[in-house]
Amino acid sequence: MKELLKRDAASHAVSLRAGEYSSEELTRAYLERIEESDGEIGAFITVTADKAIASAKASDMRRLEGKALGIFDGVPIAVKDNICTRGTLTTCASKMLADYIPPYSATAVERLERAGILVLGKLNMDEFGMGASTENSAFKITRNPYDTSRVAGGSSGGCAAAVAAFEAPWSLGSDTGGSVRQPASFCGAVGMKSTYGRVSRSGLVAFAPSLEQIGPITKNVRDNANLLSIIAGADVKDATSLNVGDEDFSRDIGRDVRGLRVGMPRELFTENISDGVGRAVMRAAKILEDAGAEVTECSLPSAEYALAAYYVISSAEASSNLARFDGVRYGHGSNNFDGIDEFYKSSRAEGFGTEVKRRIMLGTFALSSGYYDEYYKKALGVRSLVKRDFEKLFEKYDILLSPVSPSVAYRIGEKTKNPTDMYTGDLFCVPANIAGIPALSLPCGTGEYGMPAGVQLMGKRLSESLLYRVGAVIEDAEGGGV
Amino acid sequence: MSGREYEMTVGIEVHVELDTKTKIFCSCSSSFGGEPNTRCCPVCMGLPGSLPALNAQAVEYAVMAGLATGCKISRRSAFDRKNYFYPDLPKAYQITQYNTPICKDGSVDIETEQGRKSIGITRIHIEEDAGKLIHGGDGMTLIDFNRCGVPLIEIVSAPDMSSSEEAKAYLKKLRALMLYIGISDCKMNEGSFRCDVNISVRRAGDSALGVKTELKNLNSFTFAKKAIDYEFERQTAIIEAGGRIEAQTRRFEESDGKTYLMRSKESENDYRYFPEPDLLPIELSENMIKRISENMPRLPDERKAEYISSYGISTYDAELLVSDKSVSDYFEACAALTPYRKTLANLILSELMRFVEGDGFASHISPSNLAELATLAGEEAINASVAKKLLRRLWESDESPLAIVERENLRQINDVVWLTNLTLKAIAENPKALSDYKAGKTVAAKSIIGKVMSKTGGLANPSLLSDIVLAELDK
Repeated sequence: MKELLKRDAASHAVSLRAGEYSSEELTRAYLERIEESDGEIGAFITVTADKAIASAKASDMRRLEGKALGIFDGVPIAVKDNICTRGTLTTCASKMLADYIPPYSATAVERLERAGILVLGKLNMDEFGMGASTENSAFKITRNPYDTSRVAGGSSGGCAAAVAAFEAPWSLGSDTGGSVRQPASFCGAVGMKSTYGRVSRSGLVAFAPSLEQIGPITKNVRDNANLLSIIAGADVKDATSLNVGDEDFSRDIGRDVRGLRVGMPRELFTENISDGVGRAVMRAAKILEDAGAEVTECSLPSAEYALAAYYVISSAEASSNLARFDGVRYGHGSNNFDGIDEFYKSSRAEGFGTEVKRRIMLGTFALSSGYYDEYYKKALGVRSLVKRDFEKLFEKYDILLSPVSPSVAYRIGEKTKNPTDMYTGDLFCVPANIAGIPALSLPCGTGEYGMPAGVQLMGKRLSESLLYRVGAVIEDAEGGGV
Repeated sequence: MSGREYEMTVGIEVHVELDTKTKIFCSCSSSFGGEPNTRCCPVCMGLPGSLPALNAQAVEYAVMAGLATGCKISRRSAFDRKNYFYPDLPKAYQITQYNTPICKDGSVDIETEQGRKSIGITRIHIEEDAGKLIHGGDGMTLIDFNRCGVPLIEIVSAPDMSSSEEAKAYLKKLRALMLYIGISDCKMNEGSFRCDVNISVRRAGDSALGVKTELKNLNSFTFAKKAIDYEFERQTAIIEAGGRIEAQTRRFEESDGKTYLMRSKESENDYRYFPEPDLLPIELSENMIKRISENMPRLPDERKAEYISSYGISTYDAELLVSDKSVSDYFEACAALTPYRKTLANLILSELMRFVEGDGFASHISPSNLAELATLAGEEAINASVAKKLLRRLWESDESPLAIVERENLRQINDVVWLTNLTLKAIAENPKALSDYKAGKTVAAKSIIGKVMSKTGGLANPSLLSDIVLAELDK
């Protein structure tokens, strides 16, 4: 493997600027790496080599003319396959969209292009984002580069694996209930789920619109902050995008954490946490304490209901969002039908995988007349409760520290038999989605089996810069990223 | 079976397409027609990842509709999803307002032969239109998405109507109101004003309502009335025969004037409404509502009151003038140019409206010409029959009526001496008429009047002439 592939996006930016290598050389190096290792890893669904090289050449030309679009002009990226890329397959890892080529790009992708960042290809995931191990892809399983017998996490498993396997310097994933943070922690990467509305969802194929955000997965905290700064911002195409000005989220990196109040919600330290993960979180707490922060235990009483509320709300929204995949206009249309109702039924029966069908049925049930109050409405009630609990906590604490996942990456096939067992793994991540607050996942040493272990930092709305600042302190103490 | 023993209860849902430039959630043109599937984009096609962005004009129009119907305007309302599968609905859900409509609790006054009645408006909500299915001859169905995402408001009445006449009057009034505020072209043939009627029948005096059916495909006011009358008879006959009415959706068939079963209500979808997560609630400040209400065009009732009090026009005529906005607008344009508003109203209502319905005449006779004609008639410079003839001429050519009157000497003749001379001559030439008159056949006077009138070329002042003739005959 070429040495330069080990570098982070910021170093590439510096080298491109210095003319140490061209964007084309860099891009070819990643494409070669993908060629060489992705057969085993399975991070990519589509590699857009020709387009990437053409974009790289254009970037080199711009740089030559002194017209670079920004410091990251010419740096490659890879994008989760549920984020629309004009003219390039966007499958959501579903048979339903196996041939789907969108006529427009997601706003986040347009923002990348405006910064001169070029797309290497589209990354594997759990079908429509439903899953936590990337075993629910209709096409292939993504393997963990640290141990290929283990999962990469999910649903943005391809995103985390591509970064860990040096197939891309960074990537864009999406996080509905931990789908950026958990795979990042399984693969030793940094993942951010920003404040709801920070990043436009336009062009993100919806799973649960009230919960999800597009988010960066990177080698380190600084790259993450930089990538978020590029993709975040108000968008007229997304009514839920926040009307706040552009920000440089890396601005506070390097500041110390003296006097910061760090809370550890005891409800997020459940019995099923593995020793290795527990040790990682305690080590992070110690690092922050040593750096002058006050670390104390606190309580998030509604946490235990958040997971159930999450599954009701996300499945309800999914049942509606995925209804458009009926085979009529695009996507998988069955040849096996007599009449329109049967066409719908067989197209959807053939096009969707088991987990997706399970969520659609769950959500349809939760919204049905007679059950709405008992399930959906009650879940909304829990949602308000969780929001209120967080608001109260953030009066006393600047940052909350918790595990990302109860264990390190597990073996492929280990949890597929029992879906609810898989669901409980989301416990620590979903509260941030339910409340719409930002949450950062970053590695903190090694857990069981030599696998990376991660910790999660949560802050109040719009506190991303603070999360990066605190994250960088932990990262530095651990020997710093890359 | 007779209408005396049974009574009907009617409530109406009206869908009005709003006349915004662009669709409700994207920037595609919302105008009618166009080559199929040329006015659509990822948003109105519901492509994966696309999101709705609300058109503020649609919200303003909906508020105007609420103000025009005396509704309370919700300071906060929100969108919901109505989920169902149908090929003309690309997202498989319609974005609508279910739990919190933008307007509620209003009323519309209607006038029928039974007098004035207030019909409650339960709610007005905003929603998006669906595409259109075109069924080909070969069993193939094509979809045109041009209409998909055109903004609609749905106006839901209370079940306050008890006859097909009332239903028709309500629909006409509602359409007139929407045209007055200018939020829709309300063309029933293009589907920009569509109604569904809910009707139930019960024995007169019963307190509980009967089971209702919903009638669809009512493409004109007349069809709506016919469908209601038919459905009343149909339901009454079933009850008379001891049967029970089933909750159904029925389709009106224009060719035979009957209604036919489309589907039973029991087999209808569970729409699984839930709050639309892609859109923020609509928040309206008091200031915004105030601004919209201050900019509201004058409504028919206001205009009517003004016509009666300031112009001395009868209630009946005033009602007729305001029943159609284009007529009222035309009347006002003319009224500004002549003091003889009653004469003007007569010319419009008794003459002009016979030529053509609706706004056709505005383009034929300029307000200044009609006002001039009204002035000539009002000042008695011309008589009524000349006025009528001139109206016909103005219809054909854009010429000043005054110029025609002067050129062709059409002024009314008020010369008593000359008219008396002509009268005496006519009586002398028609001794039989005189003897008939004296024998009590008063009609004979008319033949004398006719003869004199034709001598004057139709220009004599008719009432003056009549007085003279009668006076001479009575001598």
